[in-house]
Amino acid sequence: MIYLQLFISYLKIGFFGFGGGYAMLSLIQNEVVVQHAWMTNTTFTDIVAVSQMTPGPIAINSATYVGYTVGAQGGLGCWGGILGSIIATFAVCLPSLTVMLLLTRFFLKLKGNRYIEGAMAGMKPIVIGMIGAAALLLIFPSSDEGASFIDGWSWLLFGLCVLGSLRKWNPILLIVLSAVAGIAIYYVPTVV
Amino acid sequence: MITSLFTLFRSFFKIGLFTFGGGYAMIPLIEAEIIDRRKWLARDEFLELLTLAQSAPGPIALNTAVFIGYKVRGIRGAVASALGAVMPSFLIILVIAIFFAEVRHNVVVDAAFKGMRPAVVALIVVPTLSLARGMHPALIGVVILSALAVWWFGFSPIYLLIAGAAAGILWTTRIRKEVRR
Repeated sequence: MIYLQLFISYLKIGFFGFGGGYAMLSLIQNEVVVQHAWMTNTTFTDIVAVSQMTPGPIAINSATYVGYTVGAQGGLGCWGGILGSIIATFAVCLPSLTVMLLLTRFFLKLKGNRYIEGAMAGMKPIVIGMIGAAALLLIFPSSDEGASFIDGWSWLLFGLCVLGSLRKWNPILLIVLSAVAGIAIYYVPTVV
Repeated sequence: MITSLFTLFRSFFKIGLFTFGGGYAMIPLIEAEIIDRRKWLARDEFLELLTLAQSAPGPIALNTAVFIGYKVRGIRGAVASALGAVMPSFLIILVIAIFFAEVRHNVVVDAAFKGMRPAVVALIVVPTLSLARGMHPALIGVVILSALAVWWFGFSPIYLLIAGAAAGILWTTRIRKEVRR
């Protein structure tokens, strides 16, 4: 039952989604690409690109998108996709909603709690490692089908975007410029 | 005067609609809408809210919506704000997903995505570097080991997070005890 699996996967992603959008990408990638093989690395990267360029948190954008893509495989076509997107988005939000409500209710008791502070400090290096793992998995996918880097141009664009990002260029601008570069490199020569 | 659930929904819908590029980008939006315009939160409470929103799992934007909604109108307020924060993402992405399935195999779109993929990877690499910079060498070791465990050995990051949290709790409680002695 693909919809139940989708619900459980996104509940897990939501519940362990510490450290913001990029850290959650590693969880999503692990569930969606590695564990369930619902999509290739390439499709996943495309979804991340679209999630970056549209407003709203990456975790929610990608949940809706992955939910649609996975749900559409369920045999109900577009409606299956919509059902999948509702399930994934709801599941990824549910842990936030319940944990935040509990924290808000008991906040005064928790403030400065050394167990929580300790847990947060202990998770920090893991979260950074998870972000690194997401990047590594995109650079070196397990099969050629999921390759984000197809030739020297890919590496050139990658290097330029790393420089731009280090110089605090707007990420949306970098993605849009890369899309334009992609059209110039891969499409224009085929028609000129 | 009691704030209506719709006002909460509308405020967070607006924040969700104009937040590009992740949690921290929406901080100025929250300040303008929640603190200055609606006065749902005092400025000195804002830092507490951010700490709390970062301690809880899930997107910061959503956690903030739940916190403010609950503070203003209880559980129903939290649900209304959360719906408002999520709705713009959900609707926009749904339209794109439905439409994109049809243009996916267009040669121009395909070329654009070939260019965008390395950019996405770059945007993920850079925060790893900047977050790890200035950390204790032993912790950088943990960063590298956990990256390898997830990437090369296919470990689920969930177990690593649990282990990290447990190690952090042990560490802080042990330090406290030694200080007391």
